[in-house]
Amino acid sequence: MNSGGMNSRIGYIAFNTFREAVRDRVLYNLIAFALLLSGAAILVGEISIDIERLVVVNLGLTAVSLFGVVIAIFIGIGLVSKEIDKRTLYTMLSRPVRRWEFVVGKFFGLTGTLVVNTFLMAIGVFLALLYVAHRFEKMDVWVLVALYFIVLQFLIVCALALFFSSFSTPLMSAVFTFSLFVIGSLAEDLRGFAKITQGIGGWMATAIGYLVPNFSALNVISQVAHGDAVPGRLILYNSVYALLYSAMAISGAVLIFQRRNLK
Amino acid sequence: MAAIEILDLEKSYLVGFWRKRPKLALRPLRLTIEEGEVFGFLGPNGAGKTTTLKLLMGLVFPTAGTARILGMDMDDPRVKAQIGFLPEQPYFYDHLSARELLNYYAQLSGVPAKGRSARVEQMLARVGLSDSAGMQLRKFSKGMLQRLGLAQAILHDPKLVFLDEPMSGLDPMGRREVRDLIQQLQHEGKTVFFSTHILSDAEALCDRVGVIHQGELRGVGAVAELTSQTQGKVEIIFCSQTVPAGLTGLGAEARVSGDMVNAVLQEEQQDAALEVLRRERLKLISLTPVRSSLEEYYVARTRPTEGRNEDGRNEEEGRNEEEGRSEESRKGVGV
Repeated sequence: MNSGGMNSRIGYIAFNTFREAVRDRVLYNLIAFALLLSGAAILVGEISIDIERLVVVNLGLTAVSLFGVVIAIFIGIGLVSKEIDKRTLYTMLSRPVRRWEFVVGKFFGLTGTLVVNTFLMAIGVFLALLYVAHRFEKMDVWVLVALYFIVLQFLIVCALALFFSSFSTPLMSAVFTFSLFVIGSLAEDLRGFAKITQGIGGWMATAIGYLVPNFSALNVISQVAHGDAVPGRLILYNSVYALLYSAMAISGAVLIFQRRNLK
Repeated sequence: MAAIEILDLEKSYLVGFWRKRPKLALRPLRLTIEEGEVFGFLGPNGAGKTTTLKLLMGLVFPTAGTARILGMDMDDPRVKAQIGFLPEQPYFYDHLSARELLNYYAQLSGVPAKGRSARVEQMLARVGLSDSAGMQLRKFSKGMLQRLGLAQAILHDPKLVFLDEPMSGLDPMGRREVRDLIQQLQHEGKTVFFSTHILSDAEALCDRVGVIHQGELRGVGAVAELTSQTQGKVEIIFCSQTVPAGLTGLGAEARVSGDMVNAVLQEEQQDAALEVLRRERLKLISLTPVRSSLEEYYVARTRPTEGRNEDGRNEEEGRNEEEGRSEESRKGVGV
């Protein structure tokens, strides 16, 4: 089998995963998002002075992140387990499809869905910004960076959901992934706490602070809402970090799935 | 070249919550299927048919042993391009239509883009789904899914086709169509390995059959040979509402059904029985030798075996395990 065939198989699986999400009406969340954002924009436009931009960026980006994380977790945990339960995998794996190609294809399919979802939501955020501020400003470019970081968060969440679902039940996978998302959002605080704590408590805080995904470094919403710039070094660091972390989680999922007997 | 060479393939699962113990799903299986052969894998539900197929498809991993498929190791990725598989009670992505599913599977199976659509339409027509090709699969009946399952199994023109209970869920017409399809595959030179517990299907289609029971292959035989062996008895059917006394005297087992009598007796009594009919002026309908049926072969091999516990191992084997004897001594006992 040549690598071209391998790449195209991963592409076909990713496209089918995307098509499934779209047909299962995942993108309907955009309606709720649009309603929330337009409601907020109209409301702050009427009652506040000079903080419209701050509110819209804060609310818009937080909603983009939360909607996406919920989708990433709830679809991610079923990506492989649903196919095992429904036995759709039988006719997939009896074809020239390797198990790792299946896992990677599924991962790309879900992240692709989230990228499209985020792109459409981003249009909503910028329209709301235009509505409250009547024009775009130079500092709005940092909103794009914050959106990029949110997409990086989704990569890690999808990879973690896939990893946990490769060996545990969908419910437990959701619990594990969501817990890691919450703890990871406090990773910087944990690391700070570790520095001022002695003994075993300090070691544990250090270990957990560096082991869990550092979602707090990927969250620059408040910063860009105030119009502050995002350092280039952070963009590079976060990109490399998110890619490596998701690659490790996906590799773990593949290693477990490669050895798994399908019921 | 053999299409399939199964070399002591064995599968056991660990069961139990606290104290895990192995449960044997398939005892070491050794079986060869030649190219171009239609082979029926017979056995009651839970006998190990599906486990064998799942092992060959790489869906579960063997505890021991291996297999060669089309001359390649069963783990060789190239094997998958040349085989087709229909699982038992297949289920597909229900957000897709039949046409989309076959197109997707054709892509994954490496069917060239040029001619892919034509191939998909050809397969839909072959299984009688052309009219429902655009309908989402969540609206498909069980029988329609089974037909689609057959289409996806032969979509990429494989040399070897594995079918797990292909007639399951089909109405009489559907079953007949599947039979015709399997016969067509045979005429095209394909090797077909299919599992079933419907003996008439196996008798009509297979060159050879293997009977599996409690995870153990109990026998393999050519269908033509099994069904051609006479038992030294003849069956006489004639018009009458009563059984003539002369026939009873010859030791015939007779039963009256309406205006006909069906009598079975030893072959050497055949002339004497015909003489009785002639004397009584009764009209002879047919006289045929009684042949062994596949059913008898099957029943003889799937009778409960004394001393076997529920996981298919014999009692002595289980005792050895508990006593902690060596693996070698266990393998030597009572298989």
